[in-house]
Amino acid sequence: MEKFTTHTGRAVPLRRNNVDTDQIIPAEYLKRVSRAGFGDGLFRAWRDDPDFVLNDSRYDGATVLVAGRDFGTGSSREHAVWALQDHGFRAVISARFADIFRGNALNGGLLAVELAEDAVAAFQDLSTTDPATEITVDLVEREVRAPGLTVAFQLDDYTRWRLMEGLDDIGLTLTNADDITAYESGRAAWMPVVR
Amino acid sequence: MSRTMAEKVWDAHLVRSTEGEPDLLYIDLHLVHEVTSPQAFDGLRANGRTVRRPELTIATEDHNVPTTAGPITDIVSRTQVEALRHNCEEFGVRLYPMGDAGQGIVHVIGPQLGLTQPGMTVVCGDSHTSTHGAFGALAFGIGTSQVEHVLATQSLPMRRPKTMAVEVEGALPPGVTAKDLVLGIITQIGTGGGQGHIIEYRGEAIRGLSMEGRMTVCNMSIEAGARAGMIAPDDTTFDYLRGRDRAPEDADWDAAVEHWKSFATDEDATFDKVVHIDASALSPWVTWGTNPGQGAPLSGRVPQPADSSDERALAYMDLVPGTPLTDVAVDTVFIGSCTNGRLEDLRAAAEVLKGRRVADGVRMLVVPGSVDVKERAESEGLQDIFTAAGAEWRGAGCSMCLAMNPDKLSPGQRSASTSNRNFEGRQGPGGRTHLVSPSVAAATAVAGRLTAPADL
Repeated sequence: MEKFTTHTGRAVPLRRNNVDTDQIIPAEYLKRVSRAGFGDGLFRAWRDDPDFVLNDSRYDGATVLVAGRDFGTGSSREHAVWALQDHGFRAVISARFADIFRGNALNGGLLAVELAEDAVAAFQDLSTTDPATEITVDLVEREVRAPGLTVAFQLDDYTRWRLMEGLDDIGLTLTNADDITAYESGRAAWMPVVR
Repeated sequence: MSRTMAEKVWDAHLVRSTEGEPDLLYIDLHLVHEVTSPQAFDGLRANGRTVRRPELTIATEDHNVPTTAGPITDIVSRTQVEALRHNCEEFGVRLYPMGDAGQGIVHVIGPQLGLTQPGMTVVCGDSHTSTHGAFGALAFGIGTSQVEHVLATQSLPMRRPKTMAVEVEGALPPGVTAKDLVLGIITQIGTGGGQGHIIEYRGEAIRGLSMEGRMTVCNMSIEAGARAGMIAPDDTTFDYLRGRDRAPEDADWDAAVEHWKSFATDEDATFDKVVHIDASALSPWVTWGTNPGQGAPLSGRVPQPADSSDERALAYMDLVPGTPLTDVAVDTVFIGSCTNGRLEDLRAAAEVLKGRRVADGVRMLVVPGSVDVKERAESEGLQDIFTAAGAEWRGAGCSMCLAMNPDKLSPGQRSASTSNRNFEGRQGPGGRTHLVSPSVAAATAVAGRLTAPADL
């Protein structure tokens, strides 16, 4: 996983609540067996609408998505994270994320930043007024900054450390393989197995 | 110290708990399907890792599979299903492929085999894994990176979620089903109401539900934003499990039941959040919008929009506020999915359809949740009722719930669906979905517009 310390880029204000993972990447795209190339399916149905913010060329190359409340609801598809990353996003800001989406994002190095609703609106307003506005998502200091606006966010120390080091979760767990073996020795013999 | 059921199951699966780190949880059962696993198996290969406990891992083909006879014609779908077959073979994972008597939707076959048991941890790369919570298991959906993690380590680093009680007081009125109940709950608490929490459904109306009804309720916990949903195991649970293929037997059975009972929430335990639902106030329910929280009694009207999300939803759904919901005509009815694709659901729909006809111009698909459900339904004569009414009787799979196979809505088409998500385009690009119970779906097929069975 690519390390994440701090990122500065232009932002896209996505003023919609309850953007579910079917909107982020429709099921039709989930038939692929690789992790690459999902950007072409990102917000697929909405890309046909000329008024959709991602079709506004002033936001081309933006790397921070400032979304409405309850972003990433629905399906567990990690493809939603891959699609956002493939499009070029490094961070998503919202007042509330669906649990599975947030977990997938933080596992995959897409920084999901939860801010209060008024702070989200303030960053959206800045990017709406001037699409060239650069927003900095600083994981080291745990704050989001734009000209005239600095807002702190919370993220637990462990997740922050793992993202900053770009560490593989599985590798970390396997350092505790003895604990797993010890746990297994205590499981009841009648517990079900597949056959 | 007093604990809730979720806390007890969590504590019983702690491999490692260290201050400042996520807990490492042991996973008792890992369900795998073709859509969210190929990249996980690739990850194992790339790192030279194996599946730690193949005997705690089970795979099925469900999301992509056609529900009509014959091979998969979509090359991309076929490639994905073939990847699963190859991966299961290479890593020694038991697979129930298309055509196998054990094949079906992943959340239907786990309980059917008796693999899902109280007090277990169950995961799957699918958000509707919450279904298995109906047994008092802690069951949650995970992403593909976590699928790879569980394959490699049989464990998962997780932060302990908060606990939430949904106290369903009173009894459900006659004709009101588990689906109406859960849709009513989500309408009340919203799609983010359970965020960060494990819900425990409690109360008289919950105790009165069959296992199948309980699975319907827990299935949709994710639509309320919850990490998982659970119901305490009781005699209904034990009666369902007894004699199933993978359920314990003889002395093991007695030991298991004692163990399972120990997971019940302590009387003086407290939840982080409590919500009260009046079951007696519920009625047949339907969604009018594009998320499962946008629901109303079927006897009501399309509501006035409360905010821009509602406005957008009404525009997408092409609905005018104030319209009686029973005036809304549909052209498609879908009965199936991990929410309502079990035998009891098919029985409820058939009971309404018996001696009646699907309205002209309405296409009705009935898709059993598994091959076993299909065979049982056929032996009971349910298939004959459906086909005599003019419905299409299909093979097992996820089908039109998410339209990854050829079963989908065309742009502008409108369905009454027993599935779990009414998101924009969920059942096909431009399609419009109203979530309903199996009996409302069947009545709607007969009338050609949203209808409760009592109004036929």
